[in-house]
Amino acid sequence: MNDSEIMAYLRPGGGAGIRNYILVLSSVVCANRAVAMIKDRADNEELIAITHQHGCSQGGIDREQTLRTLQGTASHPNVAAVLVVGLGCETIKAERIASKALEKEKPCEILEIQNCGGVAKTVQQGLKIVEDFNRLKSSFEREPVNISEITLGVECGGSDSFSGITANPAVGEAADLLISKNGRVILSEIPEMIGAEHVLAEKCINDEVKDKLLSMVKNFEKKALKAGIDIREANPSPGNKEGGITTLEEKSLGCIYKGGTSQIKQVVDYAESPEKDGLIIMNTPGNDVESMSGMAAGGAQIMAFTTGRGTPAGCAVAPTIKIATNSRLYNNMKNDIDINSGEIIDGKATKKDMGEIIFNKIVKVIEGEKTKSELLGQFDFSINRIGPTF
Amino acid sequence: MTKPNAVKIHSRDNVVTMLQDVKKGEDILYDNEGTIKSKMDIEAGFKAAVEKIKKGDNIIKYGEIIGRAVQNIELGEEVHLHNVEGLRGRGDKRESDIN
Repeated sequence: MNDSEIMAYLRPGGGAGIRNYILVLSSVVCANRAVAMIKDRADNEELIAITHQHGCSQGGIDREQTLRTLQGTASHPNVAAVLVVGLGCETIKAERIASKALEKEKPCEILEIQNCGGVAKTVQQGLKIVEDFNRLKSSFEREPVNISEITLGVECGGSDSFSGITANPAVGEAADLLISKNGRVILSEIPEMIGAEHVLAEKCINDEVKDKLLSMVKNFEKKALKAGIDIREANPSPGNKEGGITTLEEKSLGCIYKGGTSQIKQVVDYAESPEKDGLIIMNTPGNDVESMSGMAAGGAQIMAFTTGRGTPAGCAVAPTIKIATNSRLYNNMKNDIDINSGEIIDGKATKKDMGEIIFNKIVKVIEGEKTKSELLGQFDFSINRIGPTF
Repeated sequence: MTKPNAVKIHSRDNVVTMLQDVKKGEDILYDNEGTIKSKMDIEAGFKAAVEKIKKGDNIIKYGEIIGRAVQNIELGEEVHLHNVEGLRGRGDKRESDIN
């Protein structure tokens, strides 16, 4: 094995999985109880149950975005097999969500509550399917894969003024290392580029990418203004301000360090799969869970998540490495946080050292080491809505 | 004091970020570059002015504009919500103002 090889699950239809999850996914809010009951009764740590509030009474671009997110989640490389549970009369049918997974030759089953004869019977059938999946997935084994197959999502949540000094620049170093090995990194959170977009624009590979990025940031700001919403009520958050961040621009300028110094190759929409390698920008809100769910649906297998105030969040299908920006937080929330980049302030490590520590942790987590959020069962999922519910 | 207790991220910056808490009258030493007296108690993570900043002047951190002073800021004074306003995401302004 050379140093660019990692051990991962090569999926038949392409893509490298770093986990062998069984996923049970609601197509619609009405199926949530059935999904929760399957999870409870299956008693299987490797079973991820995803429920959400959407899937019906949606139209146009909003419906398409929800569908794209659910499809990307169901067909994710970290998922060995997927059961989609629907109701039967919803807008986003279970079979449409399953179609991407089937295209990728992923073991996939569908149950609809109306066809099964109610919730109890759906759960009964679902448990049988999960048992079959469990037998099937034990036949999948890790094999050597080039690390270029890996997409890393970078996220920051509960930022403080150390985020832009310690953890984000260190994650940026790790991002540069992955890209130097031909991997891919997704930087998201468009509102947290407001005031820093001119710095990112300089790094775009061509004018088309640059214009797309700049208009995305501008549209976000304009959309809030048109709706009569002051972004500053939500961003910087009260916690950001208590952590020393004064303005949205200051927060943004600290945030973008986590993407590293690579050239920006492509700008994609929420939950869209990038075609290019290298650094990618995705159109997501700053909300951590919506942002990570979008990046995972776009193919990110792993997340590096920096926090200054401390948050337990973890992505449902992509293991999430939590990095504290300061030692006080790390010592206070050790069970939630994997790495302490506050050591940079304490004089124990340089940014470059910390970048290497994070990169090495990424490799370990890829190969099976569980993150703190995985150990806590923190498998969070949330879809970014862009239209009204009808 | 020999070890810096603050960091100036970019040479253009007119504020530094405190790495440790500082009491009124104590030295703020940043990047072995300069020492100023703190005008007040400032907690770690918060910013101090290392230049005199006039009302209406830009606040510079990371070498970039992070906002504008809404009052005169003295050397060694804390720079935060009470004396700075952001220029972006301003829901209190008209849409035409941000174009």
